[in-house]
Amino acid sequence: MEIYWVIGIPFVGGALLALWGNRAHAPEVNAAFSLATFIAAAVLTARIIADGPIVTPNEWFFIDPFNVFLVTLTAFVAFTTALFSRPYMRIEAEHGRVTAPRLRLYHASYQVFIGMMLLALTTNNLGILWVSMEGATLATVLLVSLYRTPSSIEAAWKYFILCGVGIALALFGTILLYFAAEKVLGAGGTALLWTHLNGVKGELEPVVLQLAFVFLLVGYGTKVGLVPLHNWLPDAHAEGPTPISAVLSGLLLNVALYAVVRSKVLVDGALGTTLAGNLMMGFGLLSVVVAAFLLKRQTDIKRMFAYSSIEHMGLITFAFGMGGMVANFAGMLHMTMHSLTKSAIFFAVGHATQKAGTQVMDDIRGLIKTNPTIGWGLMLGAIAILGVPPFGVFASEFLIITTAMHEHPWATPFLLTALGVAFAAIFGRVQPMVFGETELPRLPHQPALAPVFIHLALVLLMGLFIPPYLADWYRQAASLLGG
Amino acid sequence: MSLTYHLQVVNLLAAILLLIAFAMLSQRRIVGLITLFAWQGAALATSTAIVAWSTGQHHLYYSAALTLALKVVAMPWFFFRLVRQLEVDREVETMLNIPTNMLIGIVLVIFAFNLALPISQMAGTVTRSTLGIALASVLLAFLMMIARRKAIPQVIGFLAMENGLFFAATSATYGMPLVVELGVALDVLVGVFVLGIFFFHIRETFDSLDLAHMEKLKEH
Repeated sequence: MEIYWVIGIPFVGGALLALWGNRAHAPEVNAAFSLATFIAAAVLTARIIADGPIVTPNEWFFIDPFNVFLVTLTAFVAFTTALFSRPYMRIEAEHGRVTAPRLRLYHASYQVFIGMMLLALTTNNLGILWVSMEGATLATVLLVSLYRTPSSIEAAWKYFILCGVGIALALFGTILLYFAAEKVLGAGGTALLWTHLNGVKGELEPVVLQLAFVFLLVGYGTKVGLVPLHNWLPDAHAEGPTPISAVLSGLLLNVALYAVVRSKVLVDGALGTTLAGNLMMGFGLLSVVVAAFLLKRQTDIKRMFAYSSIEHMGLITFAFGMGGMVANFAGMLHMTMHSLTKSAIFFAVGHATQKAGTQVMDDIRGLIKTNPTIGWGLMLGAIAILGVPPFGVFASEFLIITTAMHEHPWATPFLLTALGVAFAAIFGRVQPMVFGETELPRLPHQPALAPVFIHLALVLLMGLFIPPYLADWYRQAASLLGG
Repeated sequence: MSLTYHLQVVNLLAAILLLIAFAMLSQRRIVGLITLFAWQGAALATSTAIVAWSTGQHHLYYSAALTLALKVVAMPWFFFRLVRQLEVDREVETMLNIPTNMLIGIVLVIFAFNLALPISQMAGTVTRSTLGIALASVLLAFLMMIARRKAIPQVIGFLAMENGLFFAATSATYGMPLVVELGVALDVLVGVFVLGIFFFHIRETFDSLDLAHMEKLKEH
């Protein structure tokens, strides 16, 4: 039953905020709905841990350890982002960057976007998965262009067209999958249900599934931001409001990768080869390397961290591509760590850019002098995302790289070089922003930095000690993915 | 015997679909493009209805009706209105010249037929031979999106791509489950609505719907 609450709350919230989203207390209402969603997700998780995977009686929803961990993560980051967006959007409104109707649009779309992602994660129907992924894009197009500046409109257009084409290819992949499934399961509603497909995956026609996977990988991969399909991502992250950058980077990319991984499980079962894994490893490695080298050339702070997201999504894709218990475990851990850390960074970056009045890194200086908490937030976030121990990102990257050394030694030099280059690029940029000299005044408002430090504390905690029940949960999920 | 007769009509409509895809590629005016898009929708709806009738797949009637309502009536009407309001009915220039476009298109069609061949041999549907055409029209629409620089033609290219996908679903599997088809239709509808709002934003900001103005965000 909890599952209906998890899906229902954000959509109801979206409808209400569409009516009253410009009222004075709309940001609080937005946060309250996100909190309610998070509580429902937590209850759902507790039940899955206690009772194991569930399928709703009408077979619409299917929850197992793999997607429930993403549901919790999504609901949690959505909640903290809503907390962050409360003061952030107020400051933006004071600066005259958003008007009341646009705030209404913002709040309503935010809830719908979260709802769509949760629907994509929990649905049992691979067709509905496609529909909700597209829905999530549509909900955010007008948010990327919220400021109506020429570059934000351009970014939103690129986002819509590139992701639209990508997702159209994924639809063709889904059609091919249905075509193969229909032969085994018969026509009608059940042939796209994951629970049924997973049972008969060995009987599906390999030639068709092979082609289907290529389309699904390219389609959903566009949304993951895999190179060379990543063009929309830095623009959309840089031009939209910062809370949206945080949820795009921390959540949407994960959900798209979730779709790819679900498809991979089916294709692996049908083909009995490592074709799907190899493709994912190739795309993943290319993304890591290209993004790492592009990092250095960025001048806009949000663009730089957007490229860092491409790099990390590439790393996760690579991990899932390798497959096997340890790599899957590491991939999921890294998904969690990246979500928490990257959204924390975007929160800090948001306030830093509000303070400096620009996103150009050369003009952001001396954060630690005037606003020490923002400065420390950004510094610690950057250190965490670069994989410095004892933060959790180190643990997951370490697992990924040691597994790569064992199973695919040829990839290790590429990964290590890319991580080194990324380290130099990001650290070299962040250091003067935090410690440099500045004449600019302090941010005149109270920034919302609790979410930053909550996220970073969680990442630190997971780096030092993963509680046994959590490790157990990840292990269950990893074994579901097999491969 | 009656089945082959229907089959021939469906094949004819498939050929028309492909022809319209080529015509769209060579069409210079936005209004002409919208008209062609409406005709493509009509061909799609008719062929879906015929497949529904000849195979007794009732849910295909719904998707045929949906196509008719959305793609033949609502969207062309909406686009015509937009074009009037935004006063953008001038010539559309393409990035490549039209003969080059057509040649690339032919190559794409050959590629699509080759790609679809192994799959259509496996299909159990009476309409399987049209799968290649469906894939070809998807690729042609894709080419159109790449070759156009204006906002509305790009969106029509996107919708034409969706037409091709829809046709692929009908010809390979007699259509996806109804709930999925409804979801897809809803997404397309919302998408077009969002774009309608978006066109006005583009126009307000750039004073034109020419995407050549949007070249600021490039890799440095």
